[in-house]
Amino acid sequence: MSEPQITLYRLQACPYCERVVRTLNELDLEYRSRYVEPMHSERNVVKRVSGARSVPAIVDRETGVTMSESANIVEYLKGTYGDAATDGGRAVDDAATDGGRAVDAEGGA
Amino acid sequence: MPDFDVVSLPETDHVAEGDTAPDFTRPLVNGEYWEDRALADVVDGPTLLLFHPMDGAFQGTYLYNTVDDHGWSDDVDVLGVSISTPYAHKRLLADRGDGVRIFSDPCADVIEEYGLAQDIDGMTGITESRPAVFLLGADRTVEHAWVASEHPEFPDAETIDDAVADLVD
Repeated sequence: MSEPQITLYRLQACPYCERVVRTLNELDLEYRSRYVEPMHSERNVVKRVSGARSVPAIVDRETGVTMSESANIVEYLKGTYGDAATDGGRAVDDAATDGGRAVDAEGGA
Repeated sequence: MPDFDVVSLPETDHVAEGDTAPDFTRPLVNGEYWEDRALADVVDGPTLLLFHPMDGAFQGTYLYNTVDDHGWSDDVDVLGVSISTPYAHKRLLADRGDGVRIFSDPCADVIEEYGLAQDIDGMTGITESRPAVFLLGADRTVEHAWVASEHPEFPDAETIDDAVADLVD
């Protein structure tokens, strides 16, 4: 079985995570779900891969992108894999400029 | 005679030596997260597959203390299976079972398929697993199997030591 290129770090019943899942499904992208604990202190694996303990976070081995914050992730996914994607790298650059913007807002999710 | 009852369990048609361990996919829990994994994808070398009663029962506590005392996870991959949730597995692994990963099978379908299902008096609606040990080769061939025939019963650590040594050498 081939491993999906995208790994989603998520929390059960986290609406921000569900938003990313909806986009992954809309774009028909394969992904693996890694569930972590509600307690921030229990999320060292997320911190290690993304630099922050917030979820959702994705790792896309296809592009080498790691990203937090659902709005950024949705924008990145649509820009990279959506019908409108004309330049796979563009959305990555855009997202990188405001990567930390809403992380705090989702930190308690 | 001791003044307590060890109950004999009925005969069961369980996975046995020489069989290929049936494949299944369940959430597999490590110390940090859990994700759906197929046994066939996880087994890539000698593997100790341990079925045990729900996390919190003393049988599981003893089992993982034994795993740690004997250092089995240094020699082979050690995978557990119980009906407990991933959250419970994570709590268990925080205290013991160094290097172990545990599958979560709350509906006990995997436990049923392996021939290990056990009803527990006074816990209506819960299907438990008998304690069981399967030592697998890289192709999931069962090299050693032990399934409890009494309740309670514990696997013999020295027998597992020998089986691991035979397979790894």
